[in-house]
Amino acid sequence: MTIARTAARRTLAVAATAALAVGALAACSTGADATGGGSPDDLDAALEAGGELTYWSWTPSAEAQVAAFEEAYPNVDVELVNAGTNTEEYTKLQNAIKAGSGAPDVVQIEYYAMPQFALADALVDLGEYGLDELEDQYSASTWGSVNVDGKLVGLPQDSGPMALFYNKTVFDQYGIAVPTTWDEYVDAARRLHAADPTKYITSDTGDAGFATSMIWQAGGRPFEIDGTDVTVSFQDEGTEKWTGVWNQLVEEDLLSTTPGWSDEWFKGLADGSIASLPIGAWMPGVLESSVADAAGDWRVAPLPTYDGTAVTAEHGGGGQSVVKQSENPALAAAFLRWLNSDPASIDVFLESGGFPSTTADLEDPEFVGLESEYFGGQKINEVLTQASKDVASGWSYLPYQVYANSIFGDTVGQSYANKADLNEGLADWQSQLVEYGNEQGFTVGE
Amino acid sequence: MTTTSPAPAAVIAPPPPRRTRVRARSEWKGLAFVAPFLVVFLLVFIAPVAYSVHLSLFREQLVGGNAFVGLANFVELFGDAQFWEGFARVVLFLLIQVPIMLGLALVAALAIDSARLHASGFFRIVIFLPYAVPAVVAVLMWGFIYGDDFGLAANVNDWLGSEVITPFARNWILVSIGNIVTWEFVGYNMLIFYSALRTIPTDLYEAAELDGAGPMRVVTGIKLPALRGAIVIATIFSIIGSFQLFNEPNILRTLAPNIITTFFTPNMYAYNLSFSGQQYNYSATVAIVMGVITAVIAYVVQLRGSRKEER
Amino acid sequence: MSATLAPEVRSVDGRSADPASARRSPRRPHSPLRPRKSVAFTLLMSIFILYSLVPLAWLVINATKTQSGLFSSFGLWFDDEFVLFQNIWETLTYRDGIFLRWFGNTLLYVVLGAGGATLLATLAGYGLAKFRFAGRRAVFAVVLGAIAVPGTALAVPTFLLFSQLGLTNTPWAIIIPSLISPFGLYLIWVYAVDSVPTEILEAARMDGAGEFRTFFTISVRLLAPGIVTVLLFTVVATWNNYFLPLIMLSDPTWYPLTVGLNQWNAQATGVAAQPIYNLVITGSLLTILPIVIAFLGLQRFWQSGLSAGSVKQ
Repeated sequence: MTIARTAARRTLAVAATAALAVGALAACSTGADATGGGSPDDLDAALEAGGELTYWSWTPSAEAQVAAFEEAYPNVDVELVNAGTNTEEYTKLQNAIKAGSGAPDVVQIEYYAMPQFALADALVDLGEYGLDELEDQYSASTWGSVNVDGKLVGLPQDSGPMALFYNKTVFDQYGIAVPTTWDEYVDAARRLHAADPTKYITSDTGDAGFATSMIWQAGGRPFEIDGTDVTVSFQDEGTEKWTGVWNQLVEEDLLSTTPGWSDEWFKGLADGSIASLPIGAWMPGVLESSVADAAGDWRVAPLPTYDGTAVTAEHGGGGQSVVKQSENPALAAAFLRWLNSDPASIDVFLESGGFPSTTADLEDPEFVGLESEYFGGQKINEVLTQASKDVASGWSYLPYQVYANSIFGDTVGQSYANKADLNEGLADWQSQLVEYGNEQGFTVGE
Repeated sequence: MTTTSPAPAAVIAPPPPRRTRVRARSEWKGLAFVAPFLVVFLLVFIAPVAYSVHLSLFREQLVGGNAFVGLANFVELFGDAQFWEGFARVVLFLLIQVPIMLGLALVAALAIDSARLHASGFFRIVIFLPYAVPAVVAVLMWGFIYGDDFGLAANVNDWLGSEVITPFARNWILVSIGNIVTWEFVGYNMLIFYSALRTIPTDLYEAAELDGAGPMRVVTGIKLPALRGAIVIATIFSIIGSFQLFNEPNILRTLAPNIITTFFTPNMYAYNLSFSGQQYNYSATVAIVMGVITAVIAYVVQLRGSRKEER
Repeated sequence: MSATLAPEVRSVDGRSADPASARRSPRRPHSPLRPRKSVAFTLLMSIFILYSLVPLAWLVINATKTQSGLFSSFGLWFDDEFVLFQNIWETLTYRDGIFLRWFGNTLLYVVLGAGGATLLATLAGYGLAKFRFAGRRAVFAVVLGAIAVPGTALAVPTFLLFSQLGLTNTPWAIIIPSLISPFGLYLIWVYAVDSVPTEILEAARMDGAGEFRTFFTISVRLLAPGIVTVLLFTVVATWNNYFLPLIMLSDPTWYPLTVGLNQWNAQATGVAAQPIYNLVITGSLLTILPIVIAFLGLQRFWQSGLSAGSVKQ
């Protein structure tokens, strides 16, 4: 695939989402329920009138952002609640939706989980408030992630285009060149582990978010959604490209079995026993704050590819949504608009080490040219913002992705644990997802 | 009051209301004493159980709404390999961990009661202490200790120069969980046994002394029979605890994600069905079936325990 | 009789070193065979002490380390840097001192939950033991059967029920379910049968005292060791309560310590990861400290209560 073609596909995707958004606007005259619809003017009026909002978030920047917002709009009182990190928060949100009360006005949701809550009809279509006009401000991939079934169900906050973070000190010590293709990566994995059996090229014990992003990069599109018609298939070429590479690492025992985000994992990142991470662009902030001992060791390179064509995928990241339970959706939408598009808010977000989804910042020379002390003076954002442009389009998550990810360990995880063929685990995952989907009233094909 | 009869310690059965005169006027007064408990009990136990039964007869879909399905959920559960795998696992756990834990507790109780220990009061409180540690803290703590890269397990492996101890490996994980549970509850059970031993009347020992019985004879002839009731009650509580195994595997899951599946124990299965899968109806079915199985087994253990006692 | 009963029961507890008290007591603290204390046996049994204490020692030692020191030093010995007091200070002040707030919440749940549970169990257990009325046995069977239903699986129905009542995300969602202690009910029941002689109640009735007055003036005193024991178990249960608050509460300002600590632990995960393992460990230590102190301080009461619970006088 050439760069031009990728770009063309992306443009197409943008056009498609724009068309969908327009469709949503047209439909909302009938679809608008208690929220009463609205316009940008309504949002300004709501800010003027003021009121109280509850906002659930676990991001480190939330507190300072809320403080800045309240200073700018003294009539509005935002109560910030950390209701738990990712799935813990989703469980609580799900419970509140099920119970019919107790949900916040504005909630942080990662991209992969948005379709699930959109499907439950729990999120306000922000197109009703004209927020779809903000499309130009966000990178194409993140904008695609917040548009579900023709509805704008959230505004993007951060993004996570994948790149290769590697420990230069370790790579240099063993004379390993930075891999540009996955074949070179596997080769580097073998050499490193052979040279020092305590060192691994990376750690992966099976993580649904990682696996789906890797399949995304390889061109696989295992999930296709059209309303309640869903297709789940891991038999496509892209998926097999990824398993072809990753199976070598799994079966030859070239992956550290330290679970991601455990205390031992952080330690491994610090002492060089985990030598690289293909991961989202939000990683620098985590490294700086939690692996401070390794300052100067790490560098960033573009994600290895299969054929030399620069292409990557989104990994993690998310945005915020307005919950339908909100008694003041216009005010909530106004807060959300400020939160994820006002420069004052984005500045706070960037300061906390986040990686933006807003094109203005992704293209800001000051941001791009920033020399990171932690990364030995490397201008890491040059690599990361380029990655943001190289994200392949056309990906979608399942409308029950949170559940799907929860049983990843039961299925694909078994391949990891047994050091066996990932395709078998994926087939198992697929059959359980098909069964679940059909039980839940979707029409699921394979 | 100074002479006491051999006391079969607590067996689960309503104690007889000895010497209570039946009076019409105390009927409603007795109820008045029990009523506050019953009202709250109704709200926090009976109502949710009834609601669960109700839920188990329906099936609500993400798409398509709610429908009455009769016993379909129960039929499905009967053929659900994941449920039975988790069930078999807790049964295995029960058969191995519970005897070990109760055996250790028994040894500790007999040792402390034997008067052969120096500082037996210290033993008693220290062995009981882990019971005060919240399960969450206990699991976090053991999780750090188990770490085979940087935890104590790693230190031991380094020292042995091998990779013998891998607490999170498939073959070891149940042992690791069993160890945490044993650590948490051995003292609690020890105390139940010890308390029962304290109630053995002195004249029995004196009689044994006159007969010239040795210490082992005292243990087998007097102490163990006197402990039967306590053993039955401890066994029943341990069976219930094993069937409800949840906190320990659930918190360890972040450290052994592929080994501890979402259906590792029936209770985890029920939890994940409802909270990850939103299959509230099926989850309620799991809860009811587990409740019935647990109650039946507890009842059988109690029957067997008290029958032996009568012989 | 009533005056001597409770103290005598209390004397059951560990005064093993005092033969005089043993002679006075109807039951001696130990088997009267009086075997010699054995050093070898004590050493052998010390394996139990090691087993119980090593994890706790690990906790204390590691509460003195920095986040990075946790992983670079031997688990059972101190690091070069001793930062226990910094850790404690950080734990108490992290996020505007939310730990102290959680501590206060836990105390609230313990006082109202465990206190209420003990009161209800005492009233009900006493009522069941000393009065005869229709359905007594049914109460027992139902209460016991209820313990067998997995609490975790009841969480969703309870949650939905409570949210209908508008109780979720309030302290009541934690306190009300804590009010039920089937084990406490059972213990008081067994205990009351023997420790509150019916003759006394009869005498009080002859004097014309009401049942509740009799209960609060006479019976409670006789039941005291049993009540303390139940109180201790319910305190431990509410102090350690994890699952219910996890489900019921979304607002961290109402969290108890257990849920808060686990949230700190989970904070190491994902995009916005901020691992604070040193605070998790120090917080764990601070969490178990009060309850351990309560255990040690009250041990002479609860140990006697527990043994007396299965005694027939």
